[in-house]
Amino acid sequence: MDDLYQLKFAAAGTDGLQVTLAGSWQTHHALPDATPLENWLDSHPGIQRIGFDSSALTGWDSALLIFLVRVTAMAGNRSVQLDQSGLPDGVQRLLQLASAVPERKGARRAAGKAPFLERFGNRSLAVAGATRSALAFVGEATLSLARLLRGRAQFRWSDLWLTVQQTGAQAFGIVALISFLVGMILAYIGAAQLVNFGATMYVADLVGIGMARAMGAMMTGIIMAGRTGAAFAAQLGTMQVNEEIDALETLGISAMDFLVLPRMLALILMMPLLTVYADLFGILGGLFVSVTTFDIGVVEYLHRTQEAVKVRHVMVGLTEASVYGVLVAVAGCYQGIQCGRSSSAVGAAATSAVVSGILLIVIATAILTVIFNVLGI
Amino acid sequence: MSASPEPVDTAGAGDPDVHIQVKDLTMAYGSFVVQRDLTFSIRRGDIFIIMGDSGCGKSTLLRHMVGLMRPAKGQVLYEGRDFWAADPVQRKAFMRNFGMSYQGSALWSSMTLAENIGLPLQEYTDLSAADIRELARLKLALVGLAGFEDYYPAEISGGMKKRVGLARAIALDPDILYFDEPSAGLDPISSRLLDDLILELRESLGATVVIVTHELASIFSIGNNSVFLDAEKKTMTATGDPKTLRDTTTDPKMHRFLTRGEA
Repeated sequence: MDDLYQLKFAAAGTDGLQVTLAGSWQTHHALPDATPLENWLDSHPGIQRIGFDSSALTGWDSALLIFLVRVTAMAGNRSVQLDQSGLPDGVQRLLQLASAVPERKGARRAAGKAPFLERFGNRSLAVAGATRSALAFVGEATLSLARLLRGRAQFRWSDLWLTVQQTGAQAFGIVALISFLVGMILAYIGAAQLVNFGATMYVADLVGIGMARAMGAMMTGIIMAGRTGAAFAAQLGTMQVNEEIDALETLGISAMDFLVLPRMLALILMMPLLTVYADLFGILGGLFVSVTTFDIGVVEYLHRTQEAVKVRHVMVGLTEASVYGVLVAVAGCYQGIQCGRSSSAVGAAATSAVVSGILLIVIATAILTVIFNVLGI
Repeated sequence: MSASPEPVDTAGAGDPDVHIQVKDLTMAYGSFVVQRDLTFSIRRGDIFIIMGDSGCGKSTLLRHMVGLMRPAKGQVLYEGRDFWAADPVQRKAFMRNFGMSYQGSALWSSMTLAENIGLPLQEYTDLSAADIRELARLKLALVGLAGFEDYYPAEISGGMKKRVGLARAIALDPDILYFDEPSAGLDPISSRLLDDLILELRESLGATVVIVTHELASIFSIGNNSVFLDAEKKTMTATGDPKTLRDTTTDPKMHRFLTRGEA
C-alpha cells in the first residue's frame, strides 16, 4: 500500500503532453485524482495531444480505468486528442469495451424532486388507482364466488381443506392463549371496579358479554390478520415473483378461482369457529381470575355467565367475526395478487396486508357497533 | 485426509502457475454423496469448464470452491493454501478475491443496479459514495449497460440481468471469476456475446475463470481446461483441455456428451 500511484507530466514538443504513470494504481482508499492534470492543462492552453508512458506501472485495476475515463472526458471537453498506445494492452481493451456500447439515450433517470403540485397530483392519482383496483378485486372475488356456487369455478377442494387446516386448526393454540389472557385482563380490570360497589359477582357478566359481543371476534380478527393475512399476501406475492400466477393464467386458470377463492372461503369459514373458541377461552380466563383472586365459586361464576350471555350476544360476535374474516382475507389476497416482482415487494405486501386488515377490522367494528345499537340488539 | 492451515506442498502445488487445486474432494449432502475423489488443478489465467450431465453436481462443486459448502472430505487449495482449514478471517480474505455470477443473476431486487455493484465496494473498500458510484458506472459501461445505474433489477431483461451479475462479479477486480451457467436462458447471439465478454475481461484483467456450463459452443470456444463429472459413477471422468478430451476420450458417456451424441 505504500507503493502508491505516481503521476508525472512533461511537455512533448510544442503542443503535446506526456503523462507518466508509475507505481501501483489500485483501488485502496480513494480513486486517483485527475485534477492535477486538469490544472496542468489549464496552465498550458496550447496542448493538442496527450500521450501516456506506463512502463513503470507495477499494478493496476479499476482505479486506473476510472482515472483514464476522467481524463478522456476532460480531453473531450477541450478537444484534445488522446493517444492510448502507451497504455497496457488490457487497459486499452477495457477502455474500448467501456465505450463500445454508447449510453442508451433516455435510459438515465431524471434526478431530483418533482415539484409539490406534481407529487400531490401523482399521489392523488395513485390513491384513486388503488381504490379502483381494490374495488375491481372485490368484484372479481364476488364473481368467482358466484362461479363456485354454480359449480363452474376452477378450484381444487384439496386446496380448500389444506387452507382450512392452516387457518383453522393450526391457529387454535394462539387464539386460545390470547383469548384466555384477554379474559383474565377483563376480569381483573372489571372486578377491581365492581368490588367498590359490592358487585364483584357481576364480573362474570362483564367478561361473558364482553368476550361474546366484541373482544372474542376482535382478538381473533387481529390474530388472523397478523397470522393468516400476512401469510396469504406473502404466499401469493412470492408466486407473483416466481411467475407462478402467470403460469396459471396462461393455462386459462383464473388465479382468482384457483388461489384466492379457497383462501377466502377457508378464512370466512374458520373465523366464526375460532371466535366461538375465543369466547369460551375468554370466559375460562375470567373464571380463573375470579376463582383464584376474588373468591367466587366455579359454579356460581358459570351460572352467572349462563344468565348473562344470551344467544343474541354470541350471534353479534359471530356476525362480526364473519365480516372480519372477509376483510382479512380480501386484504391479504389483494395485497398478494397486487405484489410487485421483487423480494422487497413481497415484504411490503405482507406489511400492507396486516396494516390494512387491522385498520379495516377497527373501522368495521365501529360501523357494526352503531348498527347493532340502532337495531337494539 | 488431515487438513493443515500451513501451505501444503503437494503434487502440482510447487508449480507457481497453479492457481486453484482441488484434492480428493468428496461432496455430500448429509450421507448422500454427490461426487467423490475429485482431483484437478487450475492454472493462473485458465478458463476452466466444469461440465457433466444434469444433476451430476457441477453447481455443488462450484459452491464448494467459493466457500458456500464445506467438503465432506478433501481440500480446496488457493495458491497452495487450504481454504477450508483457514480461519474465518483468512477465508474472508480469500473470498475477497472471488467474483461470482449466479445462474439466476441473484441481483438484490431492492437495490438499484448501481447499488448492487456498489455493495461489494462499500463493504471492502474505503471509497467515498461518489467514487463508488463512478466505479459502478464504469462496470456497467464495461458490460454495455451505461446509463442504467438507477434501474431496479425487475425493470430490465434477463440478458441484461446476467450482464449486471457479471458487472457485480468484477466490482472488486477479483483474481478469480466464477460463473454458474452464464448463458442459461440466453439466445445464441447473447450467449456468444457474453462468452466474448468473459474472454475479453479475462484477457484484460488477467483473472482465472471457472465456468459451470453444458453449452458445447462455449465449452469449445472459450475453455482451455476442464473437468468432466459423471452423475452415475459419482466421480470425475477426466480433466484437461476439452477439445483434447473430445478427440481422445475412450469414455462412451463423455464422448456422447462432447459430440452431442452425433459422432
